[in-house]
Amino acid sequence: MSTVLRARALGKKYKQRWALQNCNLNVPSGRVVGLVGPNGAGKSTLLNLASGMLAPTAGTIEVCGGRPAADVNQLTKVGFVAQDAPVYSGLSVRDHLDLGRHLNPAWNDEVAQDRIRRLGLDPKQRAGKLSGGQRAQLALTLGIAKQPELLILDEPVAALDPLARREFMQSLMESVAEQEMSVILSSHLVSDIERTCDYLIVLVDSRVQVAGDLDELLAAHYRLVGPRRETDTLPSDQQIISESHTDKQSTYLVRTASPIHDPSWTVSQLSLEDLVLAYMHGAATTHERPQLEVLR
Amino acid sequence: MIRLTWRQFRGAALLTFAGLALLGIALGLTGAGLADDYADGLAAAGGNCNSPFSSCNDFIQNFAQDNQYGFLGTMLLLLLLPALIGLFWGAPLITRELESRTLWLIWNQSITRKRWLTVKLVVVGLASMLAAGAAAAIVNWWATPVDKASALDWPRMAPLLFPTRGIVVIGYAAFAFALGVTIGMLVKKTLPAMAITLLIFAAVQVAMPILVRPNLATPVTETLTYTSDNLDDVSLSGDGTIHLSAKLPETGSWILSNQTVDSAGNPAGEFITLPADIMAGPCSREKTMEECVAAVSALGYKQELVYQPIGRFWPFQWAELGIYLGLAAGLSGFCFWWVRKRIV
Repeated sequence: MSTVLRARALGKKYKQRWALQNCNLNVPSGRVVGLVGPNGAGKSTLLNLASGMLAPTAGTIEVCGGRPAADVNQLTKVGFVAQDAPVYSGLSVRDHLDLGRHLNPAWNDEVAQDRIRRLGLDPKQRAGKLSGGQRAQLALTLGIAKQPELLILDEPVAALDPLARREFMQSLMESVAEQEMSVILSSHLVSDIERTCDYLIVLVDSRVQVAGDLDELLAAHYRLVGPRRETDTLPSDQQIISESHTDKQSTYLVRTASPIHDPSWTVSQLSLEDLVLAYMHGAATTHERPQLEVLR
Repeated sequence: MIRLTWRQFRGAALLTFAGLALLGIALGLTGAGLADDYADGLAAAGGNCNSPFSSCNDFIQNFAQDNQYGFLGTMLLLLLLPALIGLFWGAPLITRELESRTLWLIWNQSITRKRWLTVKLVVVGLASMLAAGAAAAIVNWWATPVDKASALDWPRMAPLLFPTRGIVVIGYAAFAFALGVTIGMLVKKTLPAMAITLLIFAAVQVAMPILVRPNLATPVTETLTYTSDNLDDVSLSGDGTIHLSAKLPETGSWILSNQTVDSAGNPAGEFITLPADIMAGPCSREKTMEECVAAVSALGYKQELVYQPIGRFWPFQWAELGIYLGLAAGLSGFCFWWVRKRIV
């Protein structure tokens, strides 16, 4: 399985503050990757590093086998729809398609025209007059018709209303199904990625908390509820993500590769939301947490 | 990329060149008549125009006076045009894309930043030079007779006229544009970038005639014995001092210093104190100014002029154009380095 994004000890520092530190990732190709985390966690920084808009302060990042934005060949392989889907407000929809056609060797005009038609966008309309949803769709059209190996989307639906959100994700998924394209998209809402992503990266406080195949992650995390127990009584292969206690009862969220046989626990699976929240909560309570391995 | 750059730049370019076209029409319509009037007037007046009391001189004075608003207005325009280009074409070139975040769109098409910047700098940079060159050409043509008529007050080599005549305006425009782009790239916000560009450009334009232009070639030093032809100004005051200044035979030179020296060649100061016998004799109220100046000359006083002669006008124009184009090229090189290294 080839790797579409590889980061080694990657870090980015703005003046005094680290926006991203010690980031190690191996994202396999052909996946739809959801990058989740609260606002300000460093999601945009990571995606800007991946698109080459930012240069790393520490470590290395490789995308589709090369340094981001290193040359034309590399630029051809990666599409990037930045936060707030910027477009030239003075140019028309058609101008944007012309721009894409002239500047991208692998441009698929059929796909672009077809998308514009299906979205009901008027080619003569100025991009500045489009609604937020239409603008996002136009930016997505540019990204898709470029036919990159990897399409990166930074909070593509954050500014959209629920209906536009659904339409956007739907049309993204249709295009992904038609083209063999890896996708990385970020969001601060779990619901945005729940239906679409098969790979998860949780980023909190400028650090990657967990990354891996979504189903495997869900299968390896459990909620344990039972009589009050201290942390050190849990088996060593159970990694504690978060814990809460009352006088009589303990609740642990753990990650483990082996099944749980202890009869004193009531064991249940986690939803994606539970899982993400557990890591966010865990990051908030434990300041220094060892980097987690990608589960194979 | 050329198409996109043109689409973005089209509005500003059309506005500017429409303005220049209007100026061209206005000056074109009046310019031919102006040149004819001047030639006819000179022919009709005839005689020696050097004498301040000739009808020819009267005509020249009136001609200069009649056209002084056009002369000063077009001069001001050429002084401001490069600054405006730097402010409105240079500074926003990149800041606008940063502020509207379209940089994130365009830098993720299959085009390198180097090529992106090359196209932007070449297209808008050439338009800047073209606009400045066109404005300079039309104003220079129109002002030719007025320049001749006001040559005594406005020497072509002097700091106010030199930058608005010839070809240097093209260099100023290229430099102002590149400066605007560079400052925009560093400051990242349009308004502060415009303000800083204006400050730096103004500072460079003031520093040039003070620090650099006088030293482009060693100035000529000439020590003149006073004659009625070269005396420019004589003022004798009742307390027994005299102030003298001289002029050069040909007009247009840039006089850097004009001072009186004594018989040993040392500066004699602004006002020379005359001996009492001269004040009572040749320089007394009853005598003519010529007799007084002759007496001062007899004491060994001469006038020392340091100047850049008008004959150096074109060598200086080319040298200064070269300097400014060099500065523009240096700034552009810095921009290329910067987009590769430091980014958003």
